Amino acid sequence: MSIMDYANPSRFLALSGRLLPWLTGLTVLFLAAGLYMSFFTAPADYQQGQTVRIMFIHVPSAWIAMACYTLIAMSALGTLVWRHPLADVSAKAAAPIGAAFTFLALVTGSIWGKPMWGAWWVWDARLTSVLVLFFLYLGLVALWQSFDEPARAGRSAAILALVGFVNVPIIKFSVDWWNTLHQPASVMRLDGPAIHYTILLPLLTMAIAYTLLFLTLHMAAMRNEILRRRVRSLMQQRADAAQNIAADAGQGGVGQNVGQPTEQEA
Amino acid sequence: MSSFSALLKRDLRLAMRQGGGAGMAIGFFLIVVSMVPLGVGPDLNLLARVAPGLLWAALLLAALLTLDRIFQADYEDGSLDAIVMGSMPLELAAAAKSLAHWITTGVPLALSAPLMGIILNLEPRAIGPLALTMLVGTPAISFIGAIGAALTLVLRRGGLLTAVLVMPLYVPVLIFGVSAVKAAVSGPVPFEAPFLILAALSLASVVLSPLAAAAALRAALH
Amino acid sequence: MRLSGEDLACERGGRMLFSGLSFTLEAGQGMLIEGPNGSGKTTLIRAIAGLGRFARGHIALSGGVAGVELDEQAHYVGHADAVKPQLSVTENLAFWAGYLGGGDIGRALDAFGLHPIADLPAQVLSAGQRRKLALSRLALVPRLLWLLDEPSVSLDRAAQQTLAGLMAAHVAGGGLLMASTHMDLGTVFSKNLRLGAVAA
Repeated sequence: MSIMDYANPSRFLALSGRLLPWLTGLTVLFLAAGLYMSFFTAPADYQQGQTVRIMFIHVPSAWIAMACYTLIAMSALGTLVWRHPLADVSAKAAAPIGAAFTFLALVTGSIWGKPMWGAWWVWDARLTSVLVLFFLYLGLVALWQSFDEPARAGRSAAILALVGFVNVPIIKFSVDWWNTLHQPASVMRLDGPAIHYTILLPLLTMAIAYTLLFLTLHMAAMRNEILRRRVRSLMQQRADAAQNIAADAGQGGVGQNVGQPTEQEA
Repeated sequence: MSSFSALLKRDLRLAMRQGGGAGMAIGFFLIVVSMVPLGVGPDLNLLARVAPGLLWAALLLAALLTLDRIFQADYEDGSLDAIVMGSMPLELAAAAKSLAHWITTGVPLALSAPLMGIILNLEPRAIGPLALTMLVGTPAISFIGAIGAALTLVLRRGGLLTAVLVMPLYVPVLIFGVSAVKAAVSGPVPFEAPFLILAALSLASVVLSPLAAAAALRAALH
Repeated sequence: MRLSGEDLACERGGRMLFSGLSFTLEAGQGMLIEGPNGSGKTTLIRAIAGLGRFARGHIALSGGVAGVELDEQAHYVGHADAVKPQLSVTENLAFWAGYLGGGDIGRALDAFGLHPIADLPAQVLSAGQRRKLALSRLALVPRLLWLLDEPSVSLDRAAQQTLAGLMAAHVAGGGLLMASTHMDLGTVFSKNLRLGAVAA
């Protein structure tokens, strides 16, 4: 390992160390404001009643779920094209967080749908597409976990991420196609002509809060990943050092610690 | 007994450190279950009717794909040689490794099944019996599966063959597992009848399978 | 204490590797197994360890622990290291100590000087260090008969000398040793067993 390999991550650690507290504070601020508005100032829907408030968590989650996959795909490009050491760290750190937000979107979507559909889960086109996105995330996480060495996993995962990214629109299209074959158009429509500002404002605040939350978590996870790789390389160095010491010591005489009774470990 | 617990503890620890163990099986379980509505269409009534059978079949598939983990790594890195040369009978070693597989794969799969039930619109009162029958039936899957894994040990790509060998042996487990779930929901048989037969199948396989697995391991090493 | 083989024969893939092989090995003796590639050294050692089968013949250990099978009184270290990369050096040894019925982990770590890396996961070890860890099993649990198949592979000179010392101490303490090796071990081996070249 040359010192160059760490030049970039080191600067990232220093910078992110200074940024992280501010980012965390900002996240808490926006989350508090957004949640307050979602639960207290936003009006209940005249059709859906109080359950409409789930939207303020569901929509930003779904949004982050997709944005995160885009981020992973961009990081994958960085890994494959520019071989940037941080790109792989960024992609690897983002995958479980993206999976968590996707799961949140699925769960809130299913809770939201329960009163309308009378079932916890309906094979609605939108939910189904998000479910497939969840599978793509699971695949990425599994691939990273299956490699012992992070450097070797990076390029494979980057290729998978790009293949998945190209496939997302195709999957979306085919799920929509499949859905129209079986049932009339989706029950829910959020993109109605006019959303009142009492709903729009909390929604936007929650979207910003979730973006900040994602950035905070992602940065912290990247720091963890960099530190984890350092621990690994330090262990490697210790193993190598022990090897050299053993070789030097052995030059003297024939295994001096052999054949004699040795002190015992407690 | 200390050899048994040493081997069991090591396998549990390895499964935890390896990553992707139970998580991967659960992911596969979920994906198989989700492919069904995409194939047959999102008719909730239809899905509810076939859910118990589908969930059981998907659980078998997910478990099958993890069977090679029971012995393969130990065979390849030479640990199996030293395990055979221990003072514990090989049958007990095979049982310890099957038990570790059940704890790290069978139990997580059974416990995740209710979640899969939700997306297939499984009736809420079937969820409890489903998880219960799966918890009781999965030991048979791990212990019988160990026989298949041991038989295909020396083959380089034995995974598919293991599935072909073991699937027919899973038929009774599948039949009584699904009947118990259905009996709990709609009858006409009482729940206890198929459920107790399923428990008997599991108990018998826990006792008998290690004998066959150990014999297959010896044949593989010789 | 004596290990004796009578009229042994082994085959692999329908081909006779060797036949009519007889030997005796007394306590405190080491035997070097020699022969060209493909002459059946590994097959012979594995068969004695109970990990293979003799096509013909009989092997017996007399004077060992009564009622205990031969393979449970033997250590076999072959080409594979039996080391789990996910476990630390100590955890690897602790497992074998627990599984093989009690051993001295401190002594095993001393044998090849693995103390400084005892807490490291085996996946960061070099091939030589993994080998040392595999061979530490010999010092971990005392067993009468050592069956070693090319034990010095990927060991540096210092570690080879350490291994030679371990083997000498084992034989001097009344143990039995059979090994195939290209390493020069001086007086450890008082006997040798030559397996013939294969008929073409």
